[in-house]
Amino acid sequence: MLSVTGVSKTFPGVRALSSVDFTARTGEVHALIGENGAGKSTLIKVLTGVYRPDEGQVTYDGSPVRFATPLEAQHAGISTIYQEVNLVPLMTVARNLLLGREPRNRLGLIDFRRMHRTADEALRGLGIRVDVRRPLRELGVGAQQMVALARAVSVDARVVVMDEPTSSLEPREVRTLFEVIRTLRERGIAVIYVSHRLDELYEICDTVTVLRDGKVVHTGRIADLDRLRLVSLMLGREIGVVRDEGLTKFTGSHDTAVEPVLQAEELTVRHLLDGVSVAVRPGEVVGLGGLLGSGRTETAKAIAGALRTDSGRVVVAGTTVRTGSTPAAIRAGISLLPEDRKAEGVLPGLSVRENIALAALPGLSRFGLVDEARIDRIVDTFMTRLRIKAAGPHQKVGELSGGNQQKVLLARWLAMHPKVLLLDEPTRGIDVGAKAEVQKLIDELADDGLGVLLISSDTEELIEGSDRVVVLKDGAVVAELTGDAVTEDRLMRAIATAPSASTAAGGPDD
Amino acid sequence: MTADVESPVHTVSTPEEEALGAGRSERLSALAQQHGALVTLVVAVIAASLSFDTFLTGDNLENMALSSAFLAVVALGMTFVIVTGGIDLSVGSLFALGGVLAAWGSRYGTVVALLLPLAVCGLIGLVNGLLIARSRLAPFIVTLASMLGARGILLSLTDEGSTTYLVDKDSFFATLGQSTVLGIGAPVWITVALFVLGAVVLRRTRFGQYVYAVGGNEDAAALMGAPVARTKISVYTLSGLCAGFAGALNAAWLVSGVTILGTGMELDAISAVVIGGTLLTGGFGFLSGSLVGVLLLKVIQNVINQIGSLDSAYQQVVSGAFLAVVVIAQTWLGRRRRVL
Repeated sequence: MLSVTGVSKTFPGVRALSSVDFTARTGEVHALIGENGAGKSTLIKVLTGVYRPDEGQVTYDGSPVRFATPLEAQHAGISTIYQEVNLVPLMTVARNLLLGREPRNRLGLIDFRRMHRTADEALRGLGIRVDVRRPLRELGVGAQQMVALARAVSVDARVVVMDEPTSSLEPREVRTLFEVIRTLRERGIAVIYVSHRLDELYEICDTVTVLRDGKVVHTGRIADLDRLRLVSLMLGREIGVVRDEGLTKFTGSHDTAVEPVLQAEELTVRHLLDGVSVAVRPGEVVGLGGLLGSGRTETAKAIAGALRTDSGRVVVAGTTVRTGSTPAAIRAGISLLPEDRKAEGVLPGLSVRENIALAALPGLSRFGLVDEARIDRIVDTFMTRLRIKAAGPHQKVGELSGGNQQKVLLARWLAMHPKVLLLDEPTRGIDVGAKAEVQKLIDELADDGLGVLLISSDTEELIEGSDRVVVLKDGAVVAELTGDAVTEDRLMRAIATAPSASTAAGGPDD
Repeated sequence: MTADVESPVHTVSTPEEEALGAGRSERLSALAQQHGALVTLVVAVIAASLSFDTFLTGDNLENMALSSAFLAVVALGMTFVIVTGGIDLSVGSLFALGGVLAAWGSRYGTVVALLLPLAVCGLIGLVNGLLIARSRLAPFIVTLASMLGARGILLSLTDEGSTTYLVDKDSFFATLGQSTVLGIGAPVWITVALFVLGAVVLRRTRFGQYVYAVGGNEDAAALMGAPVARTKISVYTLSGLCAGFAGALNAAWLVSGVTILGTGMELDAISAVVIGGTLLTGGFGFLSGSLVGVLLLKVIQNVINQIGSLDSAYQQVVSGAFLAVVVIAQTWLGRRRRVL
C-alpha cells in the first residue's frame, strides 16, 4: 500500500535515515520501532509529507508519489496521529474533529447541527462519549488523543500512522484503541504503529521493522521474533549484554533510618490535591503511584513551588520552604524534572551547554559576570557522566532525541546540587536503552545521598525503582507501601479497592 | 472504581476531570471574558446618561455612532488578524491613505473613489501577508514597515500634506457618507452590515475555522491540513481592505481626504479588539466583542468631553488605564480557564 525504497534524509550534523526500505501492507498492523534517534519520527514524517527525502522513492498504491504537504498526503488517504496531541485546544471537539471537512449547507456555510451530530457519531463509534461542543482543552489528555484518533480515521484513510498513541492513555483507553485498530485492520487499512511498549507490539502488531541509527536492521513477522532478540536488535548489542542491562534494576534497598530530607505535609490545592503528605529520606527513592490524573504530577509541582497551594507545608532538611515559589524551592534544594519536556523543560532553541547551565548560572557568576571556564567544566562533566549523545555542547537541544533531551534536563538540575530530586515520568517516551540508563542513574543519585521522588506510569519501573510507594487516588493519599509490600499486586489493590475519596472528587470543604 | 459508576457519561474522562465537574467557575470565567465588555458598556452608558443630560440625546448618540463606524470597520479586519495570533500596525496609515485616494479618485466617479483605495490598501495588506506567511517575518516588523511606507505614499500624493483633495458635495460618493436612512447615517448602516457579514465569515465558514485554528495552534493546524499560509495572507489582505474602505467612507463623510487622520488609529483598533475579549495570543475572539470595544472607547471619550473641566488629554490616560484593567482581567480570567 505505502512503501519507501532507498530513502535517505540528512539534517545538519545528523544522518537521520540512510537507504531505508519500508513497506506497509493493506490489512496489516506494522510495528515501527527503534531507540530514540533511530529515525522513526523522520521516517514517519517522510511518509506523511512533512519532510521530503533527499534520496529515494515513496510509493503509494503502486505508483510513485511526492507529497508536498501533510494536506496532500491526507487527501491521498494517509492519516497520522502524533505522540503529542496535535489539535487546537481552544476550539471545540467537533471543530477539531472536522476542521477542513466541516459539513456545509447550500450557502457554503457550516451546518453546526450536522457537524455536532457527525462528530458525536464518529466518537461514539470509538466508544467515547463527550460533549462535542466543549472546547477540546477541557478534556483529559487521553480523551484528546481519542479525538485525534477519531479525526484520523474519520477521513477515508487507507493508511493510518500512529506515533506512540498510548503514551498518555489509561489501560482502559488502550483497550479501546486496540479495538479500533483491529477494526481498521479488518477494513483493509494499513496501520503503522510506533511504540516503546513491547507488550503492546506483541498484542496488536503483525509485522515489525526495527530501525537503528537511521538504518533498517530487521523486518519481518513479529511472531517470529522473540522479545529478547527484538530488544537486542534495537540496542544493537549481543543478547548476553542486553540481558545484563535489562536486569540492571534499582537495588531498592536504600537506608531508611535517617531523618527525612523532604517533608511535604497536608498539601491541598482546590480540586486537585486533598491533604497529601509525603516524606523522603536522603538516599531514598519514594514512588508516587496512582492512575493518570490522581494528583501525582500536581503533588510534585506543589512541592517544587510550581503549583500554588491553598494550604500545607513543605520542609526541606528542617527548614520550611515558602510554597508557590519556584525560586524559593530551588534555593532550598528541590529540583523538579517535569513531565512535559517540550512545554516545561528544555529550551529547544538554545544549545546543550546553555540548557545545562541555565539554572545554575546565578551560582556560577561572580559580580554578575559568568565564569565561562567553570561552565565548560560542569557541562563536560555531565555530558560524559550522563552519556549525552550530541554533536557537541553547542548543538541545539531541539535537534536531540527525547532521551538525550531528558538527560540534558537532568544535568541542568544536578548542576544545582539539589537535596531532593522530583522526577515526573523520567523515562516516558524514551527508548529501552536510554530508559535503563536513566533508571541506573536514578539509583546512583540516591546512593549519593539524594532524596528522590519518582513518578512513573510504568508500574514495573515504579515498583522496581522505589523503596516506598505512596499511592494517590483522586488527589489524596490512599496507601503507603513499604518493604515487602512494594509489589505491583499491592499497588493495583491499593488503587482499585481504596475507598473512593469522594470528598476530594466533589470539591469539598471550601 | 466508584468514580466511574457515578459518571458513566465520560467514558474516557480522568478522575482529575471528574473532580472539576462541569467546571462551573470556569464557565463563569468564560462568560465574563465573553460578555465583560458588553456589561461594562451598559454600565457606562447608564452612568453617563444619569450624569449628563446631554449624553442621551439624538445628536450626541448619532455623533458617537458615526465616529465609531470608521474605527469599527478597521477593528473588524484587526479582529481577524489578532485571532490568527498576528498584529497589523499599518491600518492607521492605510486608513488615511484610503481617504486621500478616495477623495482624489472621486473626481472620476464613485466607482473609482471606492475601488482605488480598496485596490491600493488591499495590495499593501496582501504584501504584508505574503511577507509574514511566506517569508516568515514577524508581523510586528512587517506591518510597522508598511505603516511607515503607506504614510510616505500619502505624503507624496498630497505634496507633503499641503494639498487636500475635496469630494464634490453633490456626487453620489458624498451622499454615501452623508445621507441618512431612518435617521441614522449611511456609514453606520454599512458598518453594521459589514459586521454581520464578517461574523458569518468568522463563525460559519471553513475559512473562519482556519483563522481560529491557525491562532490556536499553528503547528497543529498545519498538521491537520489547514492552509496556514493562505489563511494568514487572507487576514492581512482583509485588514488592509477594511482600513482602506474605512478611510474611503470617512472621506465621503468629511467630503475631503484629510491627511492627518489615522495616526495612532491602529492602537485604538487593537485596544478595541482586546477590550472586546479577543485574546492577543490568538485562537479566541469574536467580532461582536470588537464592536462593543469600539463603542466603549467612544463612550469614554464622549464622557470625558462632556466633563468640560477635564482636559481632553486625560481621555487617553483613561483609555490607557482602562485597557490595562481589561488586559489584567482577561489574563486573570484566562488563567482561571487555563487558557493562557
